[in-house]
Amino acid sequence: MDIRKPVATIYGYFQDKFSPTWNEQILKLRESYGEAIELVVMPMESNIDMPTLTVKKEKIHEFLSDLKNNYQYSFLTDFTATDEKDDEEFEKTNHRFQLVFHLFNTETKARIRVKVKLSENESIATFIDLWIGANWAEREIFDMFGIQFEGHPDLRRILMDMRWEGHPLRKDYPLRGYQIFLTPEPLDPELLK
Amino acid sequence: MSDSKFQNDVPLDIARWGMPSRLDVTIKKDTDDLFEDSKMLVNIGPTHPAMHGAFRCMAKLNGEVIEKSYCEFGYTHRAKEKLGENRTYHQFVVYTDRLNYCSALINNVTYAMSVERMMGIEVPERTIWIRMICAEISRVIDHLICVGINAVDLGAFSYFTYGYQQRERAYTLIEKLCGARLTTSYTRIGGLMSDAPEGWEKEVKDWVKETRAVLAEMDKLLTENRIWLNRTKDVAVFNKEQCLQYGFTGPNARAAGINIDLRRDQPCMFYDKVDFEVPVAQVGDVFDRYYVRLEEIKQSLNIITQCADRMKPGPIWSEDKRTRIPDKDVVYNTMEGLIHHFKFFMNGFNVPKGEAYTAFEAANGELGFYIVSKGGPMAHRMRIRSPSFWHYQGLDPMIKGEYIGDLVAALGSINVIAGELDR
Repeated sequence: MDIRKPVATIYGYFQDKFSPTWNEQILKLRESYGEAIELVVMPMESNIDMPTLTVKKEKIHEFLSDLKNNYQYSFLTDFTATDEKDDEEFEKTNHRFQLVFHLFNTETKARIRVKVKLSENESIATFIDLWIGANWAEREIFDMFGIQFEGHPDLRRILMDMRWEGHPLRKDYPLRGYQIFLTPEPLDPELLK
Repeated sequence: MSDSKFQNDVPLDIARWGMPSRLDVTIKKDTDDLFEDSKMLVNIGPTHPAMHGAFRCMAKLNGEVIEKSYCEFGYTHRAKEKLGENRTYHQFVVYTDRLNYCSALINNVTYAMSVERMMGIEVPERTIWIRMICAEISRVIDHLICVGINAVDLGAFSYFTYGYQQRERAYTLIEKLCGARLTTSYTRIGGLMSDAPEGWEKEVKDWVKETRAVLAEMDKLLTENRIWLNRTKDVAVFNKEQCLQYGFTGPNARAAGINIDLRRDQPCMFYDKVDFEVPVAQVGDVFDRYYVRLEEIKQSLNIITQCADRMKPGPIWSEDKRTRIPDKDVVYNTMEGLIHHFKFFMNGFNVPKGEAYTAFEAANGELGFYIVSKGGPMAHRMRIRSPSFWHYQGLDPMIKGEYIGDLVAALGSINVIAGELDR
């Protein structure tokens, strides 16, 4: 059973409508980026809802700004990460984390998903120059997964306490990993300078 | 700070609506500020009546003008995304209530939709109509709360009570569906908790009629009130470009002229079969965010009437056996039923391997569930894309250069809900 059935239109899913443009765009992107695009998964081949492109870390900024400026995927809907520690591929490639971008085309209302693979202690340049809104999303990813973003102006924890140890959404963090603080979170006066 | 936006040659009303409004509103900035050079730190929150939940805003003031601010939150963080990876898909339904607790039903509906979509389950027509009514009633409640509280913060208390009465009646309707008022947990994967009681549609339609009348009264009471206009027009402007940069969606983005509504542009359920309009304003100030919400309530009421008219008796559960919760008389009277019941609630059902991002136009904006499944009864990653997270990020640039008193107006108008913000 997969989500390609016509019933999917009930869930706001228009694969048929967008697949010609998707195919065209991905063909073009493959021409210009070649090897930098590691993997393309189309919704017709697999149980996913939109084309998912895995791009090499070196080219990701260029790739995303191309998508933003030349392909009208100008709206960053969501920016998150996943921990693939238990995945079979982890042992082979040592790529533990995936950053996941969901981009939205405000003209045609199409969506696309872009992924970057990172190994455990690898950092990546910030995406704030592309979308200012990525600021807090990056802080959340840092907080939850411990991925460092180079050049981020204010990479602090966002949801957890500043004194927290560990990164809760990593697969090796226990579900009940409580840490109790008796005093309120200290405030950094530098932030208002 | 620059006063350029107040020295525009085009009158504000014409810039906004394309025609002069009935009142001439001119806004003057106070130039004789005695405390021009005195800097001061003001801390608002985490528990402050004007903050609508536990979050904190530190502001550095120059006189009365905010020079810099930063927002802190996370006080109601309940690790929902971690729980999503450690609870079965059925168990996670209750956690979705606590996202945006002003419109719990929308969260329920979106979550059910996203799991059903991954499993390829088709739900019956009646369920979809009920879900649509639920979503729209929630939207009305959420918007009533938002505009009401926004008005309370700025001193118009009686306005709030008008909306509050309708909100209470709406909660009574929801109570008839599922027995709960606030934390509904009404949807199930592949169906609903229970069918709507007999005659419920008629009560909904009566409520719609009442609410329309109340809404007209509310509109008369506040929208052209001079104090209200002075406090809201051209306050905390967030324009189209900024909205796109900061990931604004929903009424806040539509107030700035971004004409996107996922109900129309990416219609899920039967939204392509009902008629409604998408109100869009141009400037993106507090007044526009208020007015867009008020207009959206009217459109939601239209949708509710159309849904209630088309609702027909029928089954509420999908024919798919995987997610069907066994009926109670089967559970209590047969052994197979009891085993099935036990297995369902202890082990859950498996969702096939794959990943999907399902978005729905929630009351505040785009609510999305990005579920990655590697097979099995629990998700590999349960990402909740909550609109408030992106809206709250825009508060700092929005209030920069505004008066400290307008911070409350700005915060109320973007309708940040702590439960959804912190997850």
